[in-house]
Amino acid sequence: MTDNTERRSSAALLSVLFFGIALLYLPILVLIGYSFNASPLVNVWGGFSTAWYGQLLHNRQLLQAALLSLEVAVAASTGAVVLGTLAAIALVRFARFPGRLLLTGMVNAPLVMPEIITGITQLLLFVSMMQLFSWPHRGFTTIVLSHVTFCTAYVTITVQSRLAAADRSLEEAAMDLGASPARAFLEITLPIIAPAIVSSWLLSFTLSLDDLVISSFVAGPGASTLPMVIYSKVKLGVSPDINALASLIVCAVGVCIIGASYLMTRTDRRRALEAQLAGR
Amino acid sequence: MKPIGRPGRWLIILPPLIFLVIFFLIPFVFAFKISFAETATRVPPFTDVISFTRDHHLQLTLTLGNYRYLLTDEVYGVAYLYSLRTAFFSTLICLLLGYPMAYAIARSPRSTQGLLLLIIMLPFWTSFLLRVYALEGIIRDNGFLNTALLHLGLISHPLRIMRTSLAVYLGIIYSYLPFMVLPLFATLEKLDATLLEAAADLGSTPRRAFLDITLPLSLPGVIAGSMLVFIPAVGEFVIPSLLGGPNQLMIGRVLWDEFFGNHDWPVASAVAIAFLLLLVGPIAIYQYYNVRQLEA
Repeated sequence: MTDNTERRSSAALLSVLFFGIALLYLPILVLIGYSFNASPLVNVWGGFSTAWYGQLLHNRQLLQAALLSLEVAVAASTGAVVLGTLAAIALVRFARFPGRLLLTGMVNAPLVMPEIITGITQLLLFVSMMQLFSWPHRGFTTIVLSHVTFCTAYVTITVQSRLAAADRSLEEAAMDLGASPARAFLEITLPIIAPAIVSSWLLSFTLSLDDLVISSFVAGPGASTLPMVIYSKVKLGVSPDINALASLIVCAVGVCIIGASYLMTRTDRRRALEAQLAGR
Repeated sequence: MKPIGRPGRWLIILPPLIFLVIFFLIPFVFAFKISFAETATRVPPFTDVISFTRDHHLQLTLTLGNYRYLLTDEVYGVAYLYSLRTAFFSTLICLLLGYPMAYAIARSPRSTQGLLLLIIMLPFWTSFLLRVYALEGIIRDNGFLNTALLHLGLISHPLRIMRTSLAVYLGIIYSYLPFMVLPLFATLEKLDATLLEAAADLGSTPRRAFLDITLPLSLPGVIAGSMLVFIPAVGEFVIPSLLGGPNQLMIGRVLWDEFFGNHDWPVASAVAIAFLLLLVGPIAIYQYYNVRQLEA
């Protein structure tokens, strides 16, 4: 391989990489720029202004929807973390049990299932349950239940890979020293997989906060989440206050994700360091 | 080592298993059932498929009308083919753009790989709906792109991108590109560099080495990434609805309209079931490669 072709191909690769990254980020940066535009016309720059951010605080419909979305996201990601962690433990630690294949399929399928199909089928379930048991009423409960379903899949995948990589010999040593399996798990393995649990909570939170399609189906006439309100506003045309709201959400989510990945890598590094110090 | 006791095991296995059976699996049973019902003006808006007669006999009232309707009304065929075509070409473009990106990340120093991956992944986690809306701000008739091009004097009339198929393609590529890059990176990163050195030592040109070694070895990533883009793209609703016009009729949009516009739940269920069956093939292929990749 000559150095020249090597260098040229590297430069070509890097330029595609930067083109791709620019493609991914340009729309978001432009959106944030628009949100500070004093003029309500999108193609005219009317000077710097934070007026649209101020207007958000007076929009009751948006605030109510935001509150509902936050409540749903907290409830759904908490439920999903519990169920997803249990599913991950079952799949990693128990090599054989009846229903293992079923569970594997059910935690993987939501990742590739088009949301619109999940939404329709879950609505049909809730409507049929209502007929049979007079429960659940469509609204907060049904949105949370459906969000828990798809978030559980993401939690299971995240925790599963961390759990599979965890060293079992420490847990075995604890049990040799007389700890019960449950205690050994809680004191040794749980701290190791804790970052994965925290970051999968954050990821579930953002996924739930973002969901439009499934919520639209299962929410019923009374309840509107934030994406549902945004969608109906955007469908009608541009509104500068949505630019402001979108910028806020994008920044908040960005902070969450960077935090989650920082948590994961920091503990990874610390563990690598500890392993090095222990002379392994 | 003491195994965890049997009853304890089931305390761990059963909660997620039961929850997912009820809220993920059983819904499909209901959708299947309702796809054989007829619309009715009541709440919920469909007839009973399973009922009991007065003398307590189980009675099944099935109609295949909904499925026949799917075959006779050409909207569904057109929408299905348009969805497949759009998803296929967007996947192809994602692959052509994502492969060099993943390759560049895989060849960059290990210390910057994590940062680059985070940069690629960040938009994926950032609100999908808002990113589609942000893209609209770029490609609108009076959006960023047209304003910039007019300002530079490169065009004299704004380009019409919104409400065309081009807008839908751009939307899908923009939204799903990270899905393509990640699995490609995962396979390219594992690639044994000594194989390429050996090929070079034996006189192979970089292009030959790429075609003979890198490309075949990265095939699992190509397939996983393509499936991750293709499957959600086929069922996409938000992108054709916000960026496309009336001609960009994708199956997700038809489903949505059938449900919220026409309130025809049985036909919507039949569309969902038919769509699901037509998707089971790709999902099975994806799972097959996924499992094989995990085992490798």
